[in-house]
Amino acid sequence: MGAPMSKTITIDGKSIPFKDGQTIMDAAMAADVYIPHLCHNPEFKPHGSCKLCTVKVNGRNVASCTMPAVEGQQVLSDTLELNDERLSLTQMLFVEGNHICPSCEKSGNCQLQAVAYYLGMMSPHYNHFYPQREVDASHPDMLLDRNRCIYCELCVRASRDVDGKSVFGLSGRGIGSTLVVNSTSGLLGDTNLAATDKAAQVCPTGALLKKRQGFTVPIGQRIFDHRTIKDVQLGEEHE
Amino acid sequence: MSDPKLKVRVATCSLAGCFGCHMSFLDIDERLLGLLELIEFDRTPLTDIKHCGPCDVGIVEGGVCNAENVHVLKEFRKNCKVLVAIGACAITGGIPAMRNNIDLWDCFQEVYQYEGGLEGHQVPNDPELPLPFDKVHPINEVVKVDYFLPGCPPSGDAIWRFLTDLLNGREPKLDYEMLHYD
Ligand code: SF4
Ligand code: SF4
Ligand code: FES
Repeated sequence: MGAPMSKTITIDGKSIPFKDGQTIMDAAMAADVYIPHLCHNPEFKPHGSCKLCTVKVNGRNVASCTMPAVEGQQVLSDTLELNDERLSLTQMLFVEGNHICPSCEKSGNCQLQAVAYYLGMMSPHYNHFYPQREVDASHPDMLLDRNRCIYCELCVRASRDVDGKSVFGLSGRGIGSTLVVNSTSGLLGDTNLAATDKAAQVCPTGALLKKRQGFTVPIGQRIFDHRTIKDVQLGEEHE
Repeated sequence: MSDPKLKVRVATCSLAGCFGCHMSFLDIDERLLGLLELIEFDRTPLTDIKHCGPCDVGIVEGGVCNAENVHVLKEFRKNCKVLVAIGACAITGGIPAMRNNIDLWDCFQEVYQYEGGLEGHQVPNDPELPLPFDKVHPINEVVKVDYFLPGCPPSGDAIWRFLTDLLNGREPKLDYEMLHYD
């Protein structure tokens, strides 16, 4: 016998190799299989909160971004049922915040919107909450618009684990969650966040934006205007 | 097919919208002439008919921001076999819904009393004016909606695709690039 056979899982009937320590999401991305996701970013430790990446493993729903790949797993991902559930989760994210895309600088570059396009979302379906959320424009270079925050904690993880600053945190539970800023005043302008920090680059939505960049790239020429999030993210994986 | 009785009857209106979706509808350009072979307009801003009669398709632009919007919307729902929400405002509340987190009276004062260049500095209070709501809502929060055509506005091509699919008895389906929320 030659080299030991690599371990594999099966996703939608396709055999996918993996290495120990990889999650189902890691193995899928490496093999060019797209599983929709929002709170996951391969550069950071998984958070497992949005549940968009839910797949069926041996008949049970699990978050693929946190579930370790194990030899012989039978995974279902791109099914009508799971994509319907992903669509519902996405619609809930839209109605529980205030997402007015025509007035948002992130439109066209936003992953929440791109996932919604990918899933064919024609309307947010559920009744809108129109919650009261705070905007913080106190920082000279960054704008924090909590109306668009989906609590993915990517800024929290980036600031804590990469920048070593712990500027952001989540407070409260469930529908009462808010993104808080670590300064006595609670204002972003009173932190040492810099526009060059990792935390300032990772927001998947228009919640944390660099100032004075708004429409340097016009609507119609943005990342997801012509390419699906699937094509964009699988492309990045191989850069 | 020019017999008006055989044509598909279509009504349109703009509630809390900017008429941008109607402008985009006109952007289907010369295809409008072909379309007019197949459809007959009932109430629309184009015909100036004031009330909607029995129709096959009703297309509603704009969300619901006051009592009059609700009356018009209910009239559409009652008369139209298929009701379509067109544009971001009809589907999410859109730009007008940006006032949803501002107290209505503060909003009125800002616009009618403090804003420079106004005469009288009074909040209009004529009995003819419809009662405004404290929040703007998408139309599917008031009536059942059969189809949604997002965009701010949807492009003429998206509108054309949607209508031709519908008129030909197909389930309307947009290409990836035709589906956008901005
Ligand atoms: S953050 Fe994304 S989904 Fe929300 S308003 Fe901005 S573009 Fe739309
Ligand atoms: S501000 Fe952005 S990165 Fe931070 S939790 Fe909210 S959506 Fe996620
Ligand atoms: S991407 Fe896995 S839970 Fe959000």
